[in-house]
Amino acid sequence: MSVTARRVGLDAVLVECPSGAVARAVYAEVLRRVVAAVDVVPGATTILLDGLSDPQAVAADIETWVDIEAEPISRGPVVEIPTTYDGPDLASVARLWGMTTAEVVGTHRSLTFDVDFCGFAPGFAYCSGLPEHLRVPRLQRPRPRVEPGSVAVADLYTAVYPMASPGGWQILGRTSVSVWDPRGEPPGLLAPGTRVRFVDA
Amino acid sequence: MPDPHGRTASPERSLRVVQPGPLTTVQDLGRPGWAHLGVPRSGAADQVAHRLANRLVGNPEHVASLEITVGGLVVALECAVAIALTGARGSLRVNGRPREWGTALSLGAGDLVEIGPFESGLRGYLAFSGGVDCPTVLGSRSTDLLSGLGPAPLGEGQELRLGSAWGPPMEGTATQAPARDVVRLVPGPRADWFRASALGRLGSSAYVVEADSNRIAVRLSGPKLNRIDEAQLPSEGLVLGSVQVPPNGQPLVMLADHPVTGGYPVIGVVPAQDLALLAQARPGEPIRFSVVAGAEGATTGRR
Repeated sequence: MSVTARRVGLDAVLVECPSGAVARAVYAEVLRRVVAAVDVVPGATTILLDGLSDPQAVAADIETWVDIEAEPISRGPVVEIPTTYDGPDLASVARLWGMTTAEVVGTHRSLTFDVDFCGFAPGFAYCSGLPEHLRVPRLQRPRPRVEPGSVAVADLYTAVYPMASPGGWQILGRTSVSVWDPRGEPPGLLAPGTRVRFVDA
Repeated sequence: MPDPHGRTASPERSLRVVQPGPLTTVQDLGRPGWAHLGVPRSGAADQVAHRLANRLVGNPEHVASLEITVGGLVVALECAVAIALTGARGSLRVNGRPREWGTALSLGAGDLVEIGPFESGLRGYLAFSGGVDCPTVLGSRSTDLLSGLGPAPLGEGQELRLGSAWGPPMEGTATQAPARDVVRLVPGPRADWFRASALGRLGSSAYVVEADSNRIAVRLSGPKLNRIDEAQLPSEGLVLGSVQVPPNGQPLVMLADHPVTGGYPVIGVVPAQDLALLAQARPGEPIRFSVVAGAEGATTGRR
């Protein structure tokens, strides 16, 4: 599996992967091997290792990890998100996908998503798994306020809004599950590597 | 409430915020280790000044201080406490009398500490023996203006608790380290997304600090940094000091509250040691970069 390690500043390395699936595998491998980094930050197709004492050695080492399988044998836990599908964009997503709203709900529930990375806000997990023909554009005009627990789609991702924020993703429904609690252990329910299914509320 | 080090704060140690100034926040060394969950590092924008202020008053460096933006903070002390002001320079008065910058001052209950508008630098750090005590979020008391974690910026009339003193304050006045006038820039990880001229421009031109700079990023304006093409970069992790270039070609340097991932290519990274200069740069001031080879012998991929 060919990955490329790029140096970032004086003490970080960015591992570039040919796909999101390989990036997930590399992330799992970095955690398994306990690489001593202050932060390990997955991106869509990259893994950033920040705060390394010997970045050159880590960069050289990772490029020798040729035995990484695209899908790791031991994958992350599956988290189920009970969801009520009554979101304001359900009808427009149905038009986009050429389906009834019931079929949109059935499709969203049938998929198992992978948390590729977090960003935008604490606990906001980019869950990949929509197939290419179901790609969803962001809203032309983002909403000034999206409620916490909103279950939404954009691009090839789905996400659960962890807290009230502005947002441009298309909202399919809502969940009462809290995906972000700074006092929780862990504080984020949907860490990278987690698999996610949406189920009947 | 016991702090992470097991000491119990003394409830009688406190101060009152008479005037918060335009923006004063509680800052410590931030929340490293949570970036994978989307949590910014946060913490003092000028860590050198924050650490110095703590050492002067006898605190360990991780203890929370006040980060004063632009100046204008007035506090009334309600206990005996040592204070020290570092970072940006401006007038410091106690009960109306001018006092020294960069020196531990032993003060008492009822003393009024007034910090005027800063004359040089942008962010002052006011440390108190024992440190500012407020609830921690993910191990830190820092206010994160991007994600909203940590305490709100200081408000008028607010009471702030202080922890119990750690050790005696230092004697003497801090000598300000000679200011670097150029900021080092280590090229990459995405320097190859730019035309060959871009790094040269960045290293040979003055870039001016824009007024909408904040704790998230220092926005700069200057000669445009041209991309090779308009390819989209999938979101990837950002480090502190990343110089991101959006499509308008004007660079922005990631500061303490920067987002953990971003979708604009990073042409280079300012080493943490040089970020104090950026954190202290005022709108309208020029920044000069010096492009250095930071990663000799590094494996750098080429597209």
